[in-house]
Amino acid sequence: MCTYATEHVPASGSGKGANGWFRLSEVSVYLDHPAHALADHTLNIDFINPAEGPSARVAVELSAQTAIALARAIESALASAPPGLV
Amino acid sequence: MNEALTAETVMMKGHNDDEVEAYLARPDGMEPFGGVVVIHHMPGYDSGSKEISRKFAAHGYAALMPNLYYRDSPGASPDDAAAAARAKGGIPDRQLVGDVAGAAAFLRGLAGSNGKIGVIGYCSGGRQSFLAACSLTLDAAVDCYGGAVVRVPAGAPASMKPLIGLSKQLSCPLLGLFGADDQFPTPAETAELSSALDEFGKAHEFHTFTGAGHAFFSVDRASYRVEAAVEGWQKVWAFFGKHLAGQG
Repeated sequence: MCTYATEHVPASGSGKGANGWFRLSEVSVYLDHPAHALADHTLNIDFINPAEGPSARVAVELSAQTAIALARAIESALASAPPGLV
Repeated sequence: MNEALTAETVMMKGHNDDEVEAYLARPDGMEPFGGVVVIHHMPGYDSGSKEISRKFAAHGYAALMPNLYYRDSPGASPDDAAAAARAKGGIPDRQLVGDVAGAAAFLRGLAGSNGKIGVIGYCSGGRQSFLAACSLTLDAAVDCYGGAVVRVPAGAPASMKPLIGLSKQLSCPLLGLFGADDQFPTPAETAELSSALDEFGKAHEFHTFTGAGHAFFSVDRASYRVEAAVEGWQKVWAFFGKHLAGQG
């Protein structure tokens, strides 16, 4: 199925795409068909900057289990950071 | 059938007379031929979709596939273009109809055309194929597992509306090819669409393949199901053979 549903997250940071580093402006998160992963559906994340064109994009297609583990790891890393860094 | 064909990238007039890139595949030495507008799936104007276009040419039809994401992403790789379109909320229905109308006009204008035009779409393109057939005067339409026709999923862009209410406007016979394991559309939803079409006396034939889910035609994806795909293509050739082939 095509889910059509997309979470949009405003972003501040940088990503390295096919043409090198670029400033990120947003992140799209969605569960839908992958372009490359061998699965019917994956949790896809596009780190993008539309102002710099469609190729300003860092893409990942993750299994649901990987995506959940990644989300927990991000929260854990942030939670364990020394005071004042976050 | 010698399956000789010519395939190339062309520019066509789409919605609002916009210049839109399109992939054209046409048969060599098999005139007159019918035309097929191919609507690519949500992952974009990719190699698999171009292969499908060439398959139509090998079977004696001129096929034209507009790059629905060209306006915002000229020259981009198909996956980047698809991601950009998604971030913007997808392709507006009105724009899609205009692009299919432009593609149909392009095909009718080809030397050797018999004037008959069909449309086929996959995945999101299945929904768009139904939309085009309810919005334009066409000769045949094929909906391959198009979701959001009967019901729009939670979280979809607010601009996306169900299309079942357009059933009365269907301009041509419709072939529907679906997977029994698909959740979007579910067999219950396609049955509901069939009932709506029956209500208005609209010619249609729906086939739901067991052991198949969504995107069973996609040969380069895990969803590919060879039995459903082979039988599905046979249904397509019989359907277009009846409605698009021969003299105009």
